[in-house]
Amino acid sequence: MDSVDAKLVNILQTGLPVCARPFDEVAASLDLSVEELLSRLQRLLDDKVLTRFGPMFNAEKLGGALSLCALQAPADRYDEIAELVNAFTEVAHNYERDHLLNMWFVVATEQPQQAAAVIREIEQMSGCQVYDMPKQEEYFIGLQLTV
Amino acid sequence: MVLTDSDRELIAAIQGGLPVVAKPYAAIAAQLDLSEDEVIARLQLLQSAGLIKRMGVVVRHRALGYCANAMVVWDVEDAEVERIGGLLAGESCVTLCYQRPRRLPMWRYNLFCMIHGRERSSVLRRIEQIIAFHGLEDIARSVLFSGRDFKQRGARYIEPDNKVEMVKSCHG
Repeated sequence: MDSVDAKLVNILQTGLPVCARPFDEVAASLDLSVEELLSRLQRLLDDKVLTRFGPMFNAEKLGGALSLCALQAPADRYDEIAELVNAFTEVAHNYERDHLLNMWFVVATEQPQQAAAVIREIEQMSGCQVYDMPKQEEYFIGLQLTV
Repeated sequence: MVLTDSDRELIAAIQGGLPVVAKPYAAIAAQLDLSEDEVIARLQLLQSAGLIKRMGVVVRHRALGYCANAMVVWDVEDAEVERIGGLLAGESCVTLCYQRPRRLPMWRYNLFCMIHGRERSSVLRRIEQIIAFHGLEDIARSVLFSGRDFKQRGARYIEPDNKVEMVKSCHG
Protein backbone atom coordinates (compact mmCIF):
# COMPACT_ATOMS: atom_id res chain seq x y z
CA MET A 1 0.00 0.00 0.00
CA ASP A 2 1.57 3.27 -1.10
CA SER A 3 0.52 6.86 -0.61
CA VAL A 4 -1.61 6.80 -3.77
CA ASP A 5 -3.54 3.84 -2.34
CA ALA A 6 -4.00 5.70 0.93
CA LYS A 7 -5.32 8.78 -0.86
CA LEU A 8 -7.61 6.57 -2.93
CA VAL A 9 -8.99 4.84 0.18
CA ASN A 10 -9.59 8.20 1.86
CA ILE A 11 -11.51 9.50 -1.15
CA LEU A 12 -13.49 6.31 -1.61
CA GLN A 13 -14.53 6.40 2.05
CA THR A 14 -16.20 9.74 1.60
CA GLY A 15 -18.13 8.38 -1.38
CA LEU A 16 -18.28 8.56 -5.16
CA PRO A 17 -20.99 10.22 -7.22
CA VAL A 18 -23.70 8.02 -8.71
CA CYS A 19 -23.14 8.65 -12.41
CA ALA A 20 -22.23 6.68 -15.51
CA ARG A 21 -18.45 6.91 -14.97
CA PRO A 22 -18.02 7.38 -11.21
CA PHE A 23 -14.25 6.82 -11.18
CA ASP A 24 -13.21 9.37 -13.81
CA GLU A 25 -12.97 12.39 -11.56
CA VAL A 26 -11.11 10.61 -8.77
CA ALA A 27 -8.68 9.09 -11.25
CA ALA A 28 -7.95 12.51 -12.71
CA SER A 29 -7.45 14.04 -9.25
CA LEU A 30 -4.89 11.33 -8.43
CA ASP A 31 -3.22 11.59 -11.83
CA LEU A 32 -4.15 8.02 -12.68
CA SER A 33 -5.92 6.52 -15.66
CA VAL A 34 -9.27 4.93 -14.82
CA GLU A 35 -7.73 1.53 -15.61
CA GLU A 36 -4.91 2.12 -13.12
CA LEU A 37 -7.38 3.23 -10.48
CA LEU A 38 -9.57 0.16 -11.05
CA SER A 39 -6.61 -2.18 -10.78
CA ARG A 40 -5.55 -0.50 -7.52
CA LEU A 41 -9.09 -0.78 -6.19
CA GLN A 42 -9.28 -4.44 -7.25
CA ARG A 43 -5.97 -5.14 -5.53
CA LEU A 44 -7.15 -3.48 -2.30
CA LEU A 45 -10.24 -5.68 -2.44
CA ASP A 46 -8.20 -8.82 -3.23
CA ASP A 47 -5.83 -8.02 -0.36
CA LYS A 48 -8.89 -7.58 1.85
CA VAL A 49 -7.88 -4.07 2.84
CA LEU A 50 -11.35 -3.13 1.66
CA THR A 51 -14.31 -5.46 2.11
CA ARG A 52 -16.22 -4.10 -0.86
CA PHE A 53 -16.93 -1.07 -2.97
CA GLY A 54 -20.62 -0.31 -2.91
CA PRO A 55 -23.56 1.28 -1.16
CA MET A 56 -23.54 2.15 2.53
CA PHE A 57 -27.15 1.75 3.56
CA ASN A 58 -29.03 3.46 6.30
CA ALA A 59 -30.58 0.31 7.75
CA GLU A 60 -33.32 2.11 9.65
CA LYS A 61 -34.45 4.06 6.60
CA LEU A 62 -34.53 0.86 4.59
CA GLY A 63 -37.03 -0.30 7.19
CA GLY A 64 -34.48 -2.64 8.68
CA ALA A 65 -32.79 -2.89 12.01
CA LEU A 66 -29.15 -2.74 13.00
CA SER A 67 -28.16 -3.41 16.54
CA LEU A 68 -24.96 -3.86 18.48
CA CYS A 69 -25.31 -6.87 20.75
CA ALA A 70 -23.15 -8.31 23.45
CA LEU A 71 -23.10 -11.48 25.48
CA GLN A 72 -21.01 -13.04 28.19
CA ALA A 73 -19.56 -16.27 26.81
CA PRO A 74 -17.87 -18.65 29.26
CA ALA A 75 -14.20 -19.04 28.29
CA ASP A 76 -14.46 -22.77 27.67
CA ARG A 77 -17.42 -22.31 25.32
CA TYR A 78 -16.23 -19.17 23.57
CA ASP A 79 -15.33 -20.67 20.20
CA GLU A 80 -18.42 -22.81 20.07
CA ILE A 81 -20.67 -19.81 20.78
CA ALA A 82 -18.76 -17.60 18.33
CA GLU A 83 -19.35 -20.20 15.65
CA LEU A 84 -23.06 -20.43 16.26
CA VAL A 85 -23.41 -16.64 16.33
CA ASN A 86 -21.42 -16.24 13.10
CA ALA A 87 -23.51 -18.87 11.35
CA PHE A 88 -26.39 -16.36 11.28
CA THR A 89 -26.31 -14.45 7.99
CA GLU A 90 -27.83 -11.54 9.92
CA VAL A 91 -24.66 -11.18 11.98
CA ALA A 92 -22.38 -8.70 10.24
CA HIS A 93 -19.45 -8.31 12.64
CA ASN A 94 -18.26 -10.24 15.62
CA TYR A 95 -15.42 -9.15 17.88
CA GLU A 96 -13.99 -10.62 21.02
CA ARG A 97 -13.52 -7.86 23.60
CA ASP A 98 -11.91 -7.78 27.01
CA HIS A 99 -14.86 -7.26 29.32
CA LEU A 100 -17.34 -9.39 31.24
CA LEU A 101 -19.42 -8.98 28.09
CA ASN A 102 -16.75 -10.53 25.89
CA MET A 103 -18.51 -11.14 22.58
CA TRP A 104 -19.75 -8.15 20.59
CA PHE A 105 -21.60 -8.49 17.32
CA VAL A 106 -23.86 -6.56 14.99
CA VAL A 107 -27.24 -7.92 13.95
CA ALA A 108 -28.59 -6.41 10.74
CA THR A 109 -31.97 -7.43 9.40
CA GLU A 110 -34.46 -6.33 6.83
CA GLN A 111 -37.19 -5.97 9.43
CA PRO A 112 -37.02 -5.07 13.14
CA GLN A 113 -38.96 -8.19 14.21
CA GLN A 114 -36.35 -10.37 12.53
CA ALA A 115 -33.63 -8.86 14.72
CA ALA A 116 -35.59 -9.74 17.84
CA ALA A 117 -36.08 -13.28 16.51
CA VAL A 118 -32.37 -13.70 15.73
CA ILE A 119 -31.45 -12.44 19.19
CA ARG A 120 -33.92 -14.82 20.83
CA GLU A 121 -32.55 -17.71 18.81
CA ILE A 122 -28.97 -16.87 19.75
CA GLU A 123 -30.01 -16.76 23.40
CA GLN A 124 -31.69 -20.14 23.17
CA MET A 125 -28.83 -21.79 21.30
CA SER A 126 -26.05 -20.32 23.44
CA GLY A 127 -27.79 -20.25 26.80
CA CYS A 128 -26.42 -16.71 27.23
CA GLN A 129 -28.42 -13.54 27.68
CA VAL A 130 -27.95 -11.16 24.74
CA TYR A 131 -27.84 -7.45 25.55
CA ASP A 132 -28.88 -5.48 22.50
CA MET A 133 -27.97 -1.83 22.20
CA PRO A 134 -29.37 -0.26 19.04
CA LYS A 135 -27.98 3.17 18.30
CA GLN A 136 -30.08 6.11 19.41
CA GLU A 137 -27.94 8.86 17.97
CA GLU A 138 -24.99 8.84 15.59
CA TYR A 139 -22.03 11.20 15.52
CA PHE A 140 -20.07 10.17 12.43
CA ILE A 141 -16.59 10.65 11.07
CA GLY A 142 -14.71 8.39 8.64
CA LEU A 143 -11.26 7.01 9.27
CA GLN A 144 -8.76 9.18 7.46
CA LEU A 145 -5.49 7.44 6.77
CA THR A 146 -2.19 9.20 7.05
CA VAL A 147 -0.80 9.55 3.53
CA MET B 1 -40.18 6.32 0.70
CA VAL B 2 -41.64 2.94 -0.18
CA LEU B 3 -39.38 0.47 -1.94
CA THR B 4 -40.69 -1.05 -5.13
CA ASP B 5 -39.94 -4.64 -6.13
CA SER B 6 -37.54 -3.23 -8.65
CA ASP B 7 -35.72 -1.26 -5.91
CA ARG B 8 -35.39 -4.42 -3.87
CA GLU B 9 -33.93 -6.28 -6.83
CA LEU B 10 -31.53 -3.43 -7.38
CA ILE B 11 -30.46 -3.33 -3.72
CA ALA B 12 -30.03 -7.11 -3.69
CA ALA B 13 -27.83 -6.85 -6.77
CA ILE B 14 -25.49 -4.22 -5.35
CA GLN B 15 -25.40 -4.83 -1.60
CA GLY B 16 -22.46 -7.20 -1.87
CA GLY B 17 -20.52 -4.60 -3.84
CA LEU B 18 -20.45 -3.01 -7.27
CA PRO B 19 -18.41 -4.46 -10.12
CA VAL B 20 -14.99 -2.82 -10.30
CA VAL B 21 -15.30 -1.51 -13.85
CA ALA B 22 -15.37 1.94 -15.42
CA LYS B 23 -19.16 1.82 -15.84
CA PRO B 24 -20.46 -0.20 -12.88
CA TYR B 25 -24.07 0.90 -13.23
CA ALA B 26 -24.17 -0.22 -16.86
CA ALA B 27 -22.98 -3.64 -15.70
CA ILE B 28 -25.70 -3.80 -13.02
CA ALA B 29 -28.30 -2.61 -15.53
CA ALA B 30 -27.36 -5.42 -17.92
CA GLN B 31 -27.80 -7.95 -15.11
CA LEU B 32 -31.24 -6.64 -14.19
CA ASP B 33 -32.54 -5.96 -17.66
CA LEU B 34 -32.83 -2.23 -16.95
CA SER B 35 -31.20 0.69 -18.70
CA GLU B 36 -28.13 2.31 -17.21
CA ASP B 37 -30.05 5.58 -16.88
CA GLU B 38 -32.82 3.86 -14.93
CA VAL B 39 -30.34 2.32 -12.52
CA ILE B 40 -28.55 5.62 -11.97
CA ALA B 41 -31.77 7.60 -11.54
CA ARG B 42 -33.14 5.10 -9.03
CA LEU B 43 -29.92 4.98 -7.02
CA GLN B 44 -29.73 8.77 -6.97
CA LEU B 45 -33.26 8.81 -5.61
CA LEU B 46 -32.42 6.20 -2.94
CA GLN B 47 -29.41 8.30 -2.01
CA SER B 48 -31.28 11.60 -1.82
CA ALA B 49 -33.94 9.91 0.32
CA GLY B 50 -31.14 8.84 2.67
CA LEU B 51 -31.59 5.08 2.24
CA ILE B 52 -28.15 4.95 0.72
CA LYS B 53 -25.72 7.10 2.69
CA ARG B 54 -23.02 6.97 0.03
CA MET B 55 -21.29 4.78 -2.53
CA GLY B 56 -18.01 4.06 -0.87
CA VAL B 57 -15.79 1.48 0.69
CA VAL B 58 -15.57 -0.42 3.95
CA VAL B 59 -12.01 -0.46 5.24
CA ARG B 60 -10.68 -3.38 7.23
CA HIS B 61 -8.66 -1.48 9.74
CA ARG B 62 -6.59 -4.47 10.72
CA ALA B 63 -5.38 -5.10 7.20
CA LEU B 64 -3.95 -1.57 7.32
CA GLY B 65 -2.00 -2.25 10.47
CA TYR B 66 -4.58 -0.56 12.70
CA CYS B 67 -4.53 -3.60 14.91
CA ALA B 68 -5.51 -1.93 18.15
CA ASN B 69 -9.21 -1.28 18.03
CA ALA B 70 -10.69 0.17 21.19
CA MET B 71 -14.33 0.63 21.93
CA VAL B 72 -14.38 3.38 24.52
CA VAL B 73 -17.64 3.55 26.41
CA TRP B 74 -18.81 6.34 28.70
CA ASP B 75 -21.55 6.71 31.26
CA VAL B 76 -22.68 10.22 30.44
CA GLU B 77 -25.58 12.05 32.05
CA ASP B 78 -28.43 11.99 29.54
CA ALA B 79 -28.53 15.77 29.29
CA GLU B 80 -24.83 15.82 28.39
CA VAL B 81 -24.73 13.05 25.79
CA GLU B 82 -25.15 15.25 22.77
CA ARG B 83 -22.45 17.70 23.82
CA ILE B 84 -19.92 15.01 24.77
CA GLY B 85 -20.79 12.95 21.69
CA GLY B 86 -20.06 15.98 19.53
CA LEU B 87 -16.72 16.55 21.26
CA LEU B 88 -15.63 12.95 20.78
CA ALA B 89 -16.80 12.86 17.16
CA GLY B 90 -14.62 15.87 16.47
CA GLU B 91 -11.47 13.98 17.43
CA SER B 92 -9.55 12.79 14.40
CA CYS B 93 -8.83 9.34 15.85
CA VAL B 94 -12.49 8.62 16.63
CA THR B 95 -14.08 6.70 13.77
CA LEU B 96 -17.60 6.12 15.08
CA CYS B 97 -19.55 7.65 17.91
CA TYR B 98 -23.00 6.47 18.97
CA GLN B 99 -25.44 6.95 21.78
CA ARG B 100 -26.90 3.59 22.85
CA PRO B 101 -29.21 2.48 25.67
CA ARG B 102 -27.82 1.36 29.02
CA ARG B 103 -28.57 -2.21 30.06
CA LEU B 104 -28.55 -2.00 33.83
CA PRO B 105 -27.28 -3.51 36.01
CA MET B 106 -24.95 -5.30 33.57
CA TRP B 107 -24.05 -2.33 31.39
CA ARG B 108 -24.05 1.29 32.55
CA TYR B 109 -22.52 2.98 29.48
CA ASN B 110 -24.56 5.02 27.01
CA LEU B 111 -21.98 6.66 24.73
CA PHE B 112 -19.77 4.48 22.52
CA CYS B 113 -16.87 5.51 20.35
CA MET B 114 -14.32 3.57 18.33
CA ILE B 115 -10.67 4.46 18.25
CA HIS B 116 -8.27 2.66 15.92
CA GLY B 117 -4.52 2.78 16.23
CA ARG B 118 -1.46 0.76 15.43
CA GLU B 119 -0.78 -0.26 19.03
CA ARG B 120 -2.67 -0.40 22.28
CA SER B 121 -0.23 1.93 24.00
CA SER B 122 -0.73 4.71 21.45
CA VAL B 123 -4.52 4.28 21.59
CA LEU B 124 -4.47 4.52 25.38
CA ARG B 125 -2.31 7.62 25.18
CA ARG B 126 -4.76 9.22 22.74
CA ILE B 127 -7.65 8.44 25.08
CA GLU B 128 -5.82 10.09 27.99
CA GLN B 129 -5.16 13.15 25.85
CA ILE B 130 -8.82 13.40 24.83
CA ILE B 131 -9.92 13.09 28.46
CA ALA B 132 -7.51 15.79 29.60
CA PHE B 133 -8.24 18.11 26.69
CA HIS B 134 -12.01 18.04 27.12
CA GLY B 135 -12.05 17.70 30.91
CA LEU B 136 -13.78 14.31 30.91
CA GLU B 137 -12.00 12.97 34.00
CA ASP B 138 -15.21 12.66 36.02
CA ILE B 139 -17.11 10.58 33.49
CA ALA B 140 -17.04 6.85 34.23
CA ARG B 141 -15.65 4.99 31.24
CA SER B 142 -14.25 1.69 30.13
CA VAL B 143 -11.90 0.79 27.28
CA LEU B 144 -12.65 -2.50 25.52
CA PHE B 145 -9.93 -3.62 23.17
CA SER B 146 -10.83 -6.26 20.65
CA GLY B 147 -9.17 -9.62 20.57
CA ARG B 148 -10.03 -11.91 17.73
CA ASP B 149 -11.97 -10.56 14.81
CA PHE B 150 -14.32 -13.28 13.68
CA LYS B 151 -16.35 -11.65 11.04
CA GLN B 152 -16.30 -8.32 9.29
CA ARG B 153 -18.33 -7.52 6.24
CA GLY B 154 -20.99 -5.11 5.17
CA ALA B 155 -24.43 -5.84 6.49
CA ARG B 156 -26.74 -7.47 3.99
CA TYR B 157 -30.33 -6.40 3.96
CA ILE B 158 -32.03 -8.36 1.26
CA GLU B 159 -31.83 -12.06 0.42
CA PRO B 160 -28.65 -12.64 2.35
CA ASP B 161 -26.40 -15.37 1.03
CA ASN B 162 -25.04 -18.05 3.32
CA LYS B 163 -21.40 -17.26 3.20
CA VAL B 164 -19.73 -17.06 6.58
CA GLU B 165 -16.40 -15.34 6.78
CA MET B 166 -13.92 -16.36 9.42
CA VAL B 167 -11.23 -13.74 9.48
CA LYS B 168 -8.01 -14.65 11.21
CA SER B 169 -5.92 -11.59 11.69
CA CYS B 170 -3.66 -9.82 14.11
CA HIS B 171 -4.56 -9.82 17.76
CA GLY B 172 -5.17 -6.24 18.84
